[in-house]
Amino acid sequence: MNSDSATRITPGNALRPEDIAAAGTRADPDVAAYALRLGDDALILAQRLGWWISRAPELEEDVALGNIALDLMGHARSFLTYAGSADGRSEDDLAYWRKETEFRSAHLVEQPNGDFARTIARQLAVSYYSFELYSALQRSADPTLAAIAAKAVKEVDYHRDHSAQWVLRLGLGTDESRRRMIRALDLTWPYVGELFDDDELVVSLDGSAVLPSSLKPAFDSGIAAVLRDAELELPAVQPAPGGGRQGRHSEHLGYLLAEMQVLAREHPGASW
Amino acid sequence: MSAGTVTGQEQFDALIAADARVEPRDWMPEGYRKTLVRQISQHAHSEIIGMQPEANWITRAPSLKRKAILMAKVQDEAGHGLYLYSAAETLGTPRDRMTADLIAGKARYSSIFNYPTLTWADMGAIGWLVDGAAICNQVPLCRASYGPYGRAMVRVCKEESFHQRQGFEILLELARGTEAQRTMAQDAVNRWYAPSLMMFGPPDDDSPNSRQSMEWNIKRFSNDELRSRFVGMIVEQVKVLGLTLPDPDIRFNEETGRWEHGELDWNEFREVLAGRGPCNSQRLARRREAHEDGAWVRDAAAAYAARLAARGNAAAGAVA
Amino acid sequence: MTGGSTTGDDGSRPVAAAPAVPSAPAAAWPLWEVFVRSSRGLSHVHAGSLHAPDADMAVRNARDLYTRRNEGVSLWVVPASAIIASDPDSKGRFFESPQGKDYRHATYYTASEGVKHL
Repeated sequence: MNSDSATRITPGNALRPEDIAAAGTRADPDVAAYALRLGDDALILAQRLGWWISRAPELEEDVALGNIALDLMGHARSFLTYAGSADGRSEDDLAYWRKETEFRSAHLVEQPNGDFARTIARQLAVSYYSFELYSALQRSADPTLAAIAAKAVKEVDYHRDHSAQWVLRLGLGTDESRRRMIRALDLTWPYVGELFDDDELVVSLDGSAVLPSSLKPAFDSGIAAVLRDAELELPAVQPAPGGGRQGRHSEHLGYLLAEMQVLAREHPGASW
Repeated sequence: MSAGTVTGQEQFDALIAADARVEPRDWMPEGYRKTLVRQISQHAHSEIIGMQPEANWITRAPSLKRKAILMAKVQDEAGHGLYLYSAAETLGTPRDRMTADLIAGKARYSSIFNYPTLTWADMGAIGWLVDGAAICNQVPLCRASYGPYGRAMVRVCKEESFHQRQGFEILLELARGTEAQRTMAQDAVNRWYAPSLMMFGPPDDDSPNSRQSMEWNIKRFSNDELRSRFVGMIVEQVKVLGLTLPDPDIRFNEETGRWEHGELDWNEFREVLAGRGPCNSQRLARRREAHEDGAWVRDAAAAYAARLAARGNAAAGAVA
Repeated sequence: MTGGSTTGDDGSRPVAAAPAVPSAPAAAWPLWEVFVRSSRGLSHVHAGSLHAPDADMAVRNARDLYTRRNEGVSLWVVPASAIIASDPDSKGRFFESPQGKDYRHATYYTASEGVKHL
């Protein structure tokens, strides 16, 4: 049933959160804790990017950022559905009814959108990191994680290209765009280090999870190539301590969650 | 028949009489061109401004599924705006001129988008009523005499049907939900009903441009015909929702074979059209802000393209 | 900021003040025509147009705009200015010559009607 026709829907290639819920697989609690991190990163970034739709620098870019946000929403919903399967919670239970300290997102995805350069700098870091992560996670011993990663990796590959194209144009465009791009990298890079921190959980999940530190060399060389083409340099900034994986977040997350959760929390038990 | 002896006007008239399509490079009367540019660009502007009332709820959508659907829908609207701008551009008006007119407040867009989205149920009411009315208007436009417009509308209509259904399902879910959700749904229907009927434009006896547009096969049905058809559809659909329309005067007129509705407040319509609606200045300010904030990005990309082109020319020169 | 969302606006407006004298706006992004192949075995078909600063971005914008619903397996983008079209005023000269040459069509040959495999 392998058809090249784009008009035919091929469920095998389109793993949906509903399919994961329907499969009824219960995640091991540690695997669930790991999936929660991946889901939260994708969710918070999608929430950030959703803001751009109707505000992008050009209409074509509204559509482009919209596609990226929708891909990320898909990843978030799949990972959160799987994470929730460990104790019978739904993706919405996790997204709308957890407190700030229960979120496991990294500080990088919580960073404000800022101007377009800052959003692109954040996209550059996250998409290059996610590509390496999902590439490795496709080989996870956990079949559900591997399946989600196999779909996601093709999408973040496109996100990588999108951000690289824009870094090139902003870096080499005008004096103003170059100044903004440099500043955006300075503001973004302190939060990159946290993505590659190992901890007990990922170490204990050897074979199922991907050790973040193992992704760093490929990430570094990918980023170096993009920056070289754009005649930019890696910013010499001090890393921020992070703590997102333990529930210690940046000041920004509380506001983001307040907005994201407000309506759902006004109506406990309602369905939408 | 030798082409030399036939005037452009005669060729154009023959195309219209045969209900054939006019294509971009054909001769066309100036009035036809102007009418089309005005109508298509207004339509495109409506899609673009129309993103805002719904984008207002993307960050607060009450479930992740609804958030994804809403993002896809608002994104589609950007797409529809682009299809339409591209149809208008075939008439010789560049998009940046249309954009400039919009943000300068010189161009019109559908007044419906000057109403605020106050609750989540408005996402349902907009999908069901506003997109529903838009579809009634747009399906006949797929056969508009101007080829690029008709083709753009075919694409738009294909995508639009999901918009109406998702809106209806939002309302259905609310109507079957808690008391608070049900109240929210009814309130939204109450607020969006009359403005959605007014989307079809003023009554036929007060619609100066309609007749010419119908003679040119741009418009296929009159404002009142379409409005009545729409009322007939929603009067049935609202029963499935278990909600009511805020209009006790809806009735089917056996003699005319048309659905009739209560008096609409055309004074309000004219007020909103004249820029005195609840959100006119907010919507324009937001579009202007996005455009102005994006200027440095567009300039950067253009400068980079110029650099590439210069390098390409230099390389070509080196080879030669 | 006219919207109510805090998501994009929690203390991070543009990092640098705009230059006192704004640089002259660059020319608008050029227009590109987009052709989509919906399935292997079919031709690329004109889908519409879009604006993009250069070819690399044009093909990406085309992907984002014209294939959101699985409409394509391949894309072409062409600068609108590169398309050479026939002149509609030469329609007679260009396109009317085949009229009256019915013998180019199989239906012209009626005597052989009913003969199998012909």
